[in-house]
Amino acid sequence: MLVARALSKDYASGEKPLTVLHDVSFEIARGAYVSIVGPSGSGKTTLLGLLAGLDTPTRGTILLDGADMGALDEDARAALRGEKVGFVFQSFQLIPTLTALENVQVPLELRGEVSTAEATKRAKALLDRVGLHGRSHHFPTQLSGGEQQRVALARAFVNAPAILFADEPTGNLDGATGARIVELIEELNRERGTTVVLVTHDSALAERTQRTIRLADGAVIEDISRVPSLV
Amino acid sequence: MRPAVLARLAWQESRTARRRLALYMSSIALGVAALVAIDSFAGNVTRSIREQSRSLLGGDLQVSSRAEFPAVVDTLLDSLAGAGVANASVTSFASMALAGGSGNTRLVQVRAVSDGYPFYGTIGTQPAGRWADAHGDAPLVFVDPSLLVSLDAQVGDSMRLGRQMFTIAGSLENVPGDAGITSVIGPRVFVSSRWLDAMGLLQAGSRAEYEAVLRLPPGNDGTRAGTALARALRRRIDPANPDRIAEDATRERAAGALGGGERLDDSVGVENTTAEGATIPPRVRVRTVADTERDFTEAVARLADFLSVIGLIALLLGGIGVASGVHAFVVSKIDTVAVLRCLGASSRQVLTLYVLQAGVMGLVGATAGTALGVAIQLALPGAVKDFLPLDVSPTLEWRAIGLGLAIGVWVALVFALRPLLALRRVSPLQALRRATDDNALPREWTDPARLIVDVLLIASIIGIAVARTGDWVEGLFVSVGITVAVLVLWGAASVLIKLARKSVRSTWPFALRQGIANLYRPANQTRAVTLALGFGAFLLSTVYLVQGNLLKRFEIADSAAAGNLLFFDVQDDQVDALDSLVRTAGPIVERTPIVTMRVSSVNGRRAQALMNDTTIDRPGWVLRREYRSSYRDSLSASEKLVQGEWTPDAAKRERRRGPNGPYEVSLESGVAADLMVTLGDTITWDVQGVRVPTVVTSIREVNWARFETNFFAIFAPEALEAAPQQFVLIANIPDQTVLARVQRDAIRRFPNVSSLDLSVIRSTIENITSRVTIAIRFLGVFCLAIGIPVLFSAVAATRRARLREGVLLRTLGASRALVQRVLFAEYAALGVLGAFTGMLLAFGGAWALMRWVFDDTFVPAWGAAGAIIAATVALTVGIGLLTSRDVHRETPMAVLRDA
Repeated sequence: MLVARALSKDYASGEKPLTVLHDVSFEIARGAYVSIVGPSGSGKTTLLGLLAGLDTPTRGTILLDGADMGALDEDARAALRGEKVGFVFQSFQLIPTLTALENVQVPLELRGEVSTAEATKRAKALLDRVGLHGRSHHFPTQLSGGEQQRVALARAFVNAPAILFADEPTGNLDGATGARIVELIEELNRERGTTVVLVTHDSALAERTQRTIRLADGAVIEDISRVPSLV
Repeated sequence: MRPAVLARLAWQESRTARRRLALYMSSIALGVAALVAIDSFAGNVTRSIREQSRSLLGGDLQVSSRAEFPAVVDTLLDSLAGAGVANASVTSFASMALAGGSGNTRLVQVRAVSDGYPFYGTIGTQPAGRWADAHGDAPLVFVDPSLLVSLDAQVGDSMRLGRQMFTIAGSLENVPGDAGITSVIGPRVFVSSRWLDAMGLLQAGSRAEYEAVLRLPPGNDGTRAGTALARALRRRIDPANPDRIAEDATRERAAGALGGGERLDDSVGVENTTAEGATIPPRVRVRTVADTERDFTEAVARLADFLSVIGLIALLLGGIGVASGVHAFVVSKIDTVAVLRCLGASSRQVLTLYVLQAGVMGLVGATAGTALGVAIQLALPGAVKDFLPLDVSPTLEWRAIGLGLAIGVWVALVFALRPLLALRRVSPLQALRRATDDNALPREWTDPARLIVDVLLIASIIGIAVARTGDWVEGLFVSVGITVAVLVLWGAASVLIKLARKSVRSTWPFALRQGIANLYRPANQTRAVTLALGFGAFLLSTVYLVQGNLLKRFEIADSAAAGNLLFFDVQDDQVDALDSLVRTAGPIVERTPIVTMRVSSVNGRRAQALMNDTTIDRPGWVLRREYRSSYRDSLSASEKLVQGEWTPDAAKRERRRGPNGPYEVSLESGVAADLMVTLGDTITWDVQGVRVPTVVTSIREVNWARFETNFFAIFAPEALEAAPQQFVLIANIPDQTVLARVQRDAIRRFPNVSSLDLSVIRSTIENITSRVTIAIRFLGVFCLAIGIPVLFSAVAATRRARLREGVLLRTLGASRALVQRVLFAEYAALGVLGAFTGMLLAFGGAWALMRWVFDDTFVPAWGAAGAIIAATVALTVGIGLLTSRDVHRETPMAVLRDA
């Protein structure tokens, strides 16, 4: 599903480039549930950005479902994201001017493959699925943090993505609300066979995943696979 | 994404920002309003001219001359009358009116018209309909309402003109073809021409304008037949040179339309005209309805062009406002765009989303501007009706409205595109890890789209400027002028940024240090605010400085004037008697003989030959005009010798001249330049049939604004002493009651003599300048108004950063007052910079305008400049603090959570 080969990322910083990722390689199978962990500044978010095609590596290749992300321009990568990738962010990143329902519809509308009526139907169904029935016409500011993250989840799944990237999805939520979100992610992972890659500080959350890749100073220092705990 | 879906998403996405975006986009509203108002009004006026052109002229054709018509014209008019072409005459001249009841006197403009005038349109009177009795057996006059006031008379009272007593039958309400403002210069008196002889005012040498208006027989196509008849008339009147008549008339009217008037000495009507003996025959002008239409239309177009330059600047300033406002909008949309990019939106989709929003809001702004423009247009005819010789009925000009909307939307979009393009480059990575606003909006100077927008922007400015001014050179000149002003302001802001960086000291109070540091910190607003402020201050100050300088021209140097009462048209046989009459009341300070003459030849070449010589670009008037000259031994106080020598000693002059040599003459510098003569050149004058040879021995500069008689040519006394002459007397009678009595006595004994006192001239000038001042004030206020929305947008551009900073300061324990002081320091510094740079530009602009356009010296008005600077700084601080009030309204938590 996802292949990272000898990934490096440099940033210009003063006269010398600053290397934040060194020679990172791994593969993630379809339907896998993987966490990326590491201390602050270890390169987790940079790696997530590269894997999701939000940025390009300085060296190395990423194959997402067979497509070489490095060979695509920004708009082609955007199209690929629209088709295959879902996102969940720590700070939810809902569009503040759109209602919950409209936020969920956006990915479908950007692709333009289904009619508006169909998009509304699917978005409503997903909002019901994440337990937000009756809240679909609220604006993000009218929703609690947990509710906003559930809208974000619905939005991430509305396109039936092959892979979901989650960046500290519980980072801004209290323990119980965070747990509910994780459960939802796991349910959707199971129901739809979506590959899930999540970046987290939370070791308990990492423990729940099938595989944990640990980063330190921009390099993979540990890659543990474990028997799925919740299967 | 389907276009409809994109449009819907754009609409949904714009929800919370619509009002803000509309506000930014409405920066262009005032510019659009100006263009729509100017174009619509010009359209209205042009249409009214077309509809009323016959009334403007009074007939289908007009023949006019400053002297009595030569016999050939009278014969022609008679034969035309035989062919069914009716004619009516109008004779206009200045005279004194004496009110029978109050005994007050006033210099008036008499229009003696024959029955039938005007052929088109009607003379409106109060009481209504009295004009019908004008040509009856009872001697009636119709006067401007202002004359009733100044004579302290009423309708029904008696009034004397010359030797004839009249009854005031009514006041004039509306005279076709006359602008109301003309009555300010001299109140009009309409009278039947049958009383011309009885008044006895037109003697040989009196200055008057003779007109005949013609009406074609019914059934003729007015315009074409009129033009054909005009051509035929011109050929008959001056067979050698039919085109000269037409051409001269056009040129002269063009000069009049541009505001070029006659000198003070001419306007009081002292000039005499005789046809006999003139080397060049008196000019007879033939005008058709088409000529009138064309001249008025051209004058309106010129005025509209001039005004629309201000509209254009308003529009471009609005564009800058749009650009800085949209930049603020773009900054607030970085997060949304990053998410959209994560969700798979292409850069084209993102750009379309926001261009759609900007376009719609631009349309809203332009529509608001158009509505405002239409409102102004509807109010304009009332405001300027005194200046227009015709009734303008305001109607909607759809072309002007459409054009204003189109230009408005286009300018708004082009200026909005520049900041909007940056949204294409927002990385989706920003959703994961947000950089600072500036870093999140990468700008590449080589970005082709950006270069295209820049080219479009420049091309739009030049294109609109050229289209508005209707001339490539002028359009480019305006564009370059605007560019230079923008560059100067931009440069000044850059210098300020550098200065601020270098000058901040740790010993300064905290608020001052923070405020000044904000000028150079990342995301500073120094350039945008300086640009908006500076441009507004520049325009406003230029208008005011030029106004001050122009109005100075009208000030009469009365402190230096020796006298305050002027008598003119005094005949040779009246001068001594009048002299002794006036002396009973006060001293005569000047008694000046006036001799009328024309140029016969210059350096041996006949005037007619010089006129016909098309290789020399010499203004025709200097050869054609009738000169009113004088003779004396000494220079007057208002004259300064600039070249040559003035010889006061008669014996010395006589020796130098020899038995048959030319007499000495001194010319005014301007007329010498126009005549293209210099010291030592000879001019032969035709003094009522007698040739008088002269040699130019000196050139003088003359201050025409003084209350004294002044002349283009002053002769050595021996040259003119024997010539037929008139006199001007100036007396000094400080007591107004005595002065009024002297005027009354003089007019009773010498009905043909006109008099004018300084206070009348002064009030006339004040009346005119106050009207001009109101118009200019309006322009000034408009220029300032342009700056305000732009300033709002510029300040809004960095509002977010200011807000976050202010709240952070408050979170860390700063008091509201301290945050206020920080903001105050920053905005005061910006205000001072913008105002001073704008003022500097204005001094340059006003100087250049005075020097090149008005041909005068520039006198800086420090007081007005200081007031404008103070007002600009106050405005900046006011707007700055107003837009930052959220710092105090919001709790620190709300903003931090939002951040």
